[in-house]
Amino acid sequence: MRDPHEDAEIRRRQKARAAVMAWVLGALVVLFFAITIVKMVAR
Amino acid sequence: MTSANIISHPALPAEWRDFVALTKPRVMTLVVFTGLCGMLAAPMGIHPVLGFTAILCIALGAGASGALNQWYEADIDARMRRTATRPLPAGRMDRQAALHFGVGLGAFSVLLMGLAVNLLAAAILLASILYYVLVYTVWLKPRTPQNIVIGGAAGAFPPLIGWAAATGRIEMLPVLLFALVFLWTPPHFWALSLFVRADYANAGIPMLPVVAGTRATRIQILLYSLPMAACAVAPWLLGLTGAVYGATAAALSAVFLLLAARVGMSREADPAAMKAERRLFRFSILYLFILFGALVADRWIAG
Repeated sequence: MRDPHEDAEIRRRQKARAAVMAWVLGALVVLFFAITIVKMVAR
Repeated sequence: MTSANIISHPALPAEWRDFVALTKPRVMTLVVFTGLCGMLAAPMGIHPVLGFTAILCIALGAGASGALNQWYEADIDARMRRTATRPLPAGRMDRQAALHFGVGLGAFSVLLMGLAVNLLAAAILLASILYYVLVYTVWLKPRTPQNIVIGGAAGAFPPLIGWAAATGRIEMLPVLLFALVFLWTPPHFWALSLFVRADYANAGIPMLPVVAGTRATRIQILLYSLPMAACAVAPWLLGLTGAVYGATAAALSAVFLLLAARVGMSREADPAAMKAERRLFRFSILYLFILFGALVADRWIAG
């Protein structure tokens, strides 16, 4: 049996990491879109 | 490499902040700054989006190097007071997670630089990561007291990468900036290693003060400061920069040499009382920031 406090802490950390990952991926989508536009205009 | 102090599988997954700590954010600040200055000092402009991408890649590459360095040195870090609270020696992170994070971040930074900016900048970024991890961390640092001298090249790459990102070429000025950071590294780190000598000795790292003693280290600091100062004023003497940079470089290098001479003449043996060494260490950071800032200011004033 795992300690319920430990389970809650694991969930909290997983949620925080998932949220940060979502922000990073979102920022990369915007960056890649901007790079694509710049490259297309340059050609 | 494995040590009883390092917990291989912590009970809890690491916090996202621990992954950030793994990238050595404070070191990254200087790397990003010198890379940005190298880019801004270049004669050709770069589109802001691509410039931002290049700086992001330099930061991520430096972060990857820091993460892989901490992964490899986890057992050494556990024995040093200054580094014992890092995520791996403190047991807050799984070692394999740190390795995957470092390799993934490094590969991503090089690929993005190559696809979005240019291949030359990507190649130098890859060389800088491999140099820091393989040549410095794995090969030289645990084996020779000259580790800092040759390892200093790893930190000297960013202005070269910034310039290459903007121009797609390597020219005399970024090579001189590379040489400046390369020669600045030994006096900077040896000043630090003088007053944290006990830490390095405990960890078994053959830093110069541990192996050759404080007297030899102080002389070496002074000796390396001379060519460093010459490299700092060389861009001005060769006509590659204007008077703003020239005057700043001459004045700051004179202060650096004065502080290095004080360290060279010091006989202080108690680390807690090493004022001259602490002063040189603090000033050396300021020195590089102001010098690179002056380079950009000079370029902007010259138009």
